[in-house]
Amino acid sequence: MKSFFKFLILLFAFLGTSFNSNSAEKVEYLKTDWSFKGLFGKFDRGSLQRGYQVYTEVCSSCHSMKYLSYRNLAEKGGPEFTIEQAKAIAASFEVKDGPNADGDMFTRPGKLSDKFVMPYENVKAAQAANGGAYPPDMSVLVKARGGGVDYIYSLLQGYEDPPAGISLDDGVYYNKYMYGNKIKMANQLSDGLVEYADGTTASVEQMSKDVTTFLMWAAEPHLEARHRMGFKAIVYLIILTALVYFSMKRIWSRIETEV
Amino acid sequence: MSDHEYIPKSKVGKWFNDRLPLLTLANHLTDYPTPKNLNYWWTFGGILTFCLITQIVTGLVLAMHYIAHADMAFDSVEHIMRDVNYGWLIRYIHANGASMFFLAVYIHIFRSLFYGSYKSPREIIWIIGIIIYLLMMAAAFMGYVLPWGQMSFWGATVITNLFSAIPLVGEGIVTWLWGGYSVDNPTLTRFFTLHYLIPFLILGLVVLHIWALHVPGNNNPVGIDIKKPSKDTVPFHPYIVIKDGFALLMFMIVFAFFVFYTPNILGHADNYIEADPLVTPAHIVPEWYLLPFYAILRSVPDKLLGVVAMLSAILILAALPWLDTSKVRSAVFRPLYRQFYWILVADVLILGYVGAMPAEGLYLLIARVATAYYFLHFLVILPVLGLKEKTVPVPLSITEPILGGSPNLATAKNKESLNN
Repeated sequence: MKSFFKFLILLFAFLGTSFNSNSAEKVEYLKTDWSFKGLFGKFDRGSLQRGYQVYTEVCSSCHSMKYLSYRNLAEKGGPEFTIEQAKAIAASFEVKDGPNADGDMFTRPGKLSDKFVMPYENVKAAQAANGGAYPPDMSVLVKARGGGVDYIYSLLQGYEDPPAGISLDDGVYYNKYMYGNKIKMANQLSDGLVEYADGTTASVEQMSKDVTTFLMWAAEPHLEARHRMGFKAIVYLIILTALVYFSMKRIWSRIETEV
Repeated sequence: MSDHEYIPKSKVGKWFNDRLPLLTLANHLTDYPTPKNLNYWWTFGGILTFCLITQIVTGLVLAMHYIAHADMAFDSVEHIMRDVNYGWLIRYIHANGASMFFLAVYIHIFRSLFYGSYKSPREIIWIIGIIIYLLMMAAAFMGYVLPWGQMSFWGATVITNLFSAIPLVGEGIVTWLWGGYSVDNPTLTRFFTLHYLIPFLILGLVVLHIWALHVPGNNNPVGIDIKKPSKDTVPFHPYIVIKDGFALLMFMIVFAFFVFYTPNILGHADNYIEADPLVTPAHIVPEWYLLPFYAILRSVPDKLLGVVAMLSAILILAALPWLDTSKVRSAVFRPLYRQFYWILVADVLILGYVGAMPAEGLYLLIARVATAYYFLHFLVILPVLGLKEKTVPVPLSITEPILGGSPNLATAKNKESLNN
């Protein structure tokens, strides 16, 4: 049995290293403490709410979040705005609806059941307004990038002047964490850009962290439920395994051989 | 099959059993004499059955919510992740379940290689196993296409394009597979249909696999034929059931860890980007369990020969019972084979590693050497080894090595008792 476990551990170690080296990027990302990592990881509610504010006031003018609805903002495990707050947020957006009885489209204030309003009609319109580059939908963005939250967090703070010898076209910016270092999104964050409702100082670092936390929740809205259930499931399995182990020893003791 | 005739005690039972001998079958399964020295490497058969059932059950639920349409597949997967009750759990079990399935099947196959389980009289079990493995790869590949992410789309494009290497009819076959002139909606719908079908084919083959197993009975770590039932065997229930159960639970702990804490680590980030026929990902890599074969494919400079090499790498396994000329089954008694066995394990792991890397420079060189060695192992080393190797004397029964300590001592004792 010992050699068996030794082999499994080796195998996992191997798989682990091969997958880490899988991500081709060799850049060291900026590190920060993410409250949602680890066995009991949970989102920081304040950070999620601030992150939503950054998204709405800054990112949402170009980036859509087509898989989120305003109701999600009040759901458990998310920013947990109150229902009233979420309704007010939804109502602050104009939603295109229809056709009505006359066959006309009309606009009305948003409701909880509405999806997040998109900044552009379609991908082509988004590209046309952004120099040909489509600002990606941010619903699952952190899961769609190799470095995950660390990558997004770093990217937002990774703008700097290009090193000598690198020339940039109009509308292209230098970012040390971007794949290939050239990015079509200009630096968006600057200290004090938003005024946080809870009085937190809106430094670039703080805003990056908050909006990245918000994006993580957007991509994994059930993360907290998953962590809670995972812990229970694994504890349950360990106890059951122990019980079955002793039953097995008992049963096999009848024939005097080692299991 | 057990020798004794089974007669149900109750009248109703007897009446039913005379017409459909299900009770005889159940009795056969519980009483099935199993070598008592089976180690934990033998528990993966049961674990694999669990994996198959898990994939089928979670797959059925997913199919209720998934929409097989190029414009809606990606959205429907996100719908499952967000709005379906416990949809995230079902999907993560299904996605990670595929990896767990392959992890278990690789251990199962390599157990067979170590203990010579594929040798006479178990060739049919082995060949059915290879067919199951091939179907698993087909099912996993098509399943990976269904979320219609970037890696789904481009993986499908690369793999289906392999058929274009076939001379004369290749291009036509690819068009036929796609149902058009590129991977598109018709490809997705047929992949979904086949992905739904294959697990049930596998289920049927698993029944045959177990049936074929129950004719000669299990091989065992000593690799000798044993009398059944005898002092060397235990009834399947409760002895093997509880042991398999224990191993399965430990397996489930690992499984649960992936599902609940790192559900996306085995997948590729690009698959959370919706498929875009106009944007090719920087590196197209298959899932980890296909990497060794991907490495073999890319190590050959010619496309057609690459495909041939990749397919041969799998099909060569079916010829294994005849390529391995040694009369001794278990590597325990084959000191040289044991070393070559571990070299092969390392070789396959290396192939897997370089399969994930870009096919250039040193990686390509390593891939070529490892590919050559892979075939060398099966085509040259195994046949020659069986004829040349000096094996350690094999004991006559299982009971002896267990009670007597070293296998050699056991043999000596056996000879003594035979002389007396």
